[in-house]
Amino acid sequence: MRIFVKIIIFLILIPSKSFGLIEVDITRGNLDPLPIAVSPLSIDENSRQNFEKILKKKNIGEEISKIIEVNLKTSGLFNPLNKDAFLQAPDIANLKPRFEDWNLIKAQALITGKVSYTDEKLRVEFRLWDVLAGKEMVALAFTTVPTNWRRVGHIITDKVYQRLTGEKGYFDTRIIYVAEEGPKTKRIKKLAIMDQDGANNKFLTLGNELVLTPRFNPTSQMVTYLSYFRNLPRVYLLDIETGTQEVVGDFPGMTFAPRFSPDGKKIIMSFAKDGNSEIYTMDLENRIVEKITNHPSIDTSPSFSPDGKFICFNSDRSGYQQIYVMKSDGSSVKRISFGKGLYGTPVWSPRGDLIAFTKLHKGKFYIGVMRTDGSGERLLTENFYQEAPSWSPNGRVLIFYRETKTDDKGEGFSAKLWSIDLTGYNERMVKTPTDASDPSWSSLLSN
Amino acid sequence: MNRSVIISSVLHAVFIFLTAMSLPFLTKKPIDLPPIVSIELIQITDKTNIPFAPKAQKIIEEVKKKEKKLVSEQAPPKKVKKIKPDSVPMPDDLVKNEKELKEDKQNPEVVDNEVKQVSEFEKDELFDPNNIAALIDKSKEEMAETTKKNDKVTQDQKRNVENAGLSLSEEDALKAQIFGCWSIPLGLPYNENLLVRIKLQLKRDGTVAKSEIIDHARMNKPGQGFYKVLAESALRAVKLCQPLRVPTTGYERWKELQLNFDAREMLEG
Repeated sequence: MRIFVKIIIFLILIPSKSFGLIEVDITRGNLDPLPIAVSPLSIDENSRQNFEKILKKKNIGEEISKIIEVNLKTSGLFNPLNKDAFLQAPDIANLKPRFEDWNLIKAQALITGKVSYTDEKLRVEFRLWDVLAGKEMVALAFTTVPTNWRRVGHIITDKVYQRLTGEKGYFDTRIIYVAEEGPKTKRIKKLAIMDQDGANNKFLTLGNELVLTPRFNPTSQMVTYLSYFRNLPRVYLLDIETGTQEVVGDFPGMTFAPRFSPDGKKIIMSFAKDGNSEIYTMDLENRIVEKITNHPSIDTSPSFSPDGKFICFNSDRSGYQQIYVMKSDGSSVKRISFGKGLYGTPVWSPRGDLIAFTKLHKGKFYIGVMRTDGSGERLLTENFYQEAPSWSPNGRVLIFYRETKTDDKGEGFSAKLWSIDLTGYNERMVKTPTDASDPSWSSLLSN
Repeated sequence: MNRSVIISSVLHAVFIFLTAMSLPFLTKKPIDLPPIVSIELIQITDKTNIPFAPKAQKIIEEVKKKEKKLVSEQAPPKKVKKIKPDSVPMPDDLVKNEKELKEDKQNPEVVDNEVKQVSEFEKDELFDPNNIAALIDKSKEEMAETTKKNDKVTQDQKRNVENAGLSLSEEDALKAQIFGCWSIPLGLPYNENLLVRIKLQLKRDGTVAKSEIIDHARMNKPGQGFYKVLAESALRAVKLCQPLRVPTTGYERWKELQLNFDAREMLEG
């Protein structure tokens, strides 16, 4: 027994060889789009027939998965894999994915789901899987009226986007813009709205009056815009949900660029009178107007910071049009742009970290971003003429409009909406039925 | 009888003659062989692990001090790879380490300290009690050098190589592999200090036997969505990359690895 104890003590006391833990810092990675498999949502035959009658779509499950796929692809952050390579049928994949099969086609994430017709409603279940870890990341179900099937696709994309990138999506959103038709000298301008992917386009005005600068309320589906009635500019409020419209007020002189405050309770805009333009706010409840700037130079294009404490605007008080930031009461005015050229249309990012702007330098127009103190200026895109950037609700993408040159005959002019990622990549034209300008991105319809 | 004696004598004579002719030392001078020179076989890595001679050690320490001063005056020094003397970090140490890491990237002074620590660490490694005599008495320097050639010193060298971690080329190969596998979640904020540390237990072929996020509890805390996304992407990268490009030798050195994933540089653009 003693010997046995001695042996154990000896073994314990034997000095074991120890090594320092090696640490390796990984500070770089690839920015390639993440390979993702979007398996068509499975649907039983009975539900398929019901939806075919209602929506005139042969397979609504496949249609919804197509919307998800297109959304993910246009974001530039995902690479939806070719469905022909899928080894597992949608109905089986929805029950339990065989991860080896999805791994084989290099998918890192997988979306499966099921569509059913329940109590005359559309019920969609979906699951997001981490293929490499072999685990479920998100599982949700939605029930809605069948006509909302496109929105279901957008909402699913938002959930997937948020789970995989860490920030909220921007797919279940709308874009309001000015639809333009006719020759350049005699343009008909109408207010129009569409889903962020260009679907469900609707005209909100007839085109009898000139409309300009529509802007979404960040907290609701309310829009403010400027319209000329008998050559007098008026600021309007339009509720997209109900279609009701009201005049906020008639203003003397020229009125420019109305924009909501972050809480949606105020409108900030600039009035031009006697050659001088100043920034004002109007409380929408009591209609009290407050003058924010008081300077002999031209102050325009105001935009609130997301916390409502600051305002950025452009002014020529230094001799050239530059971007300035001040407190929301008009104090502590500070110039933040110092680059060559003229700066205009500053818009504060919903994330609060950046300001987007239009820059004119040596006859070229640029869309760019800078930090709120003016540092880190980055020009994202350059063109003959482009302006009016508007942020997606997550502050990741900018939408703006770009015009093309007219030829010697005065033809060839067009104005189109374009979007670009904050990184300067993934520049895309947003399809609209007519020419388009002055876009404004809504907040997420579903939160 | 006489005949057999004669035959025997002749045969003996022939044998003796042949033997005499076949022995070269009887006719030629011996070959002048060169003296035997003993050499040491050292594993060559990109980092120098060979202990310095006492004289050279002093000079190198001085040069290092000068360099350190220059670096701190001009710009924050590059982060130096950390080697922990203890194999298993305690929870308290982890918290400390995390703080150190955070400060490390923001405060150049702290980085400077780390450099000092590394140089102290090198000093410890290089310290050889057998050299004390040489330090005291110059005449014994030769003796000390001679004693370096015995088995004891060779073992020290081996320990140096093994404890030194991965060589630069080995580390670069591993980094390059993981860079390719890690899809950085682009939605993460660049101005937040997000660092995911993953401890790996590796098999000899580089496949991952076990992976563990060191701050695992943080993943499920409210408001840590970004951390969770980053941690999951890091785990995906490790799984996608395996088998990892690890050295073919010295398994004991790298059987446990810690990967620190930090996307800030990339997100900041």
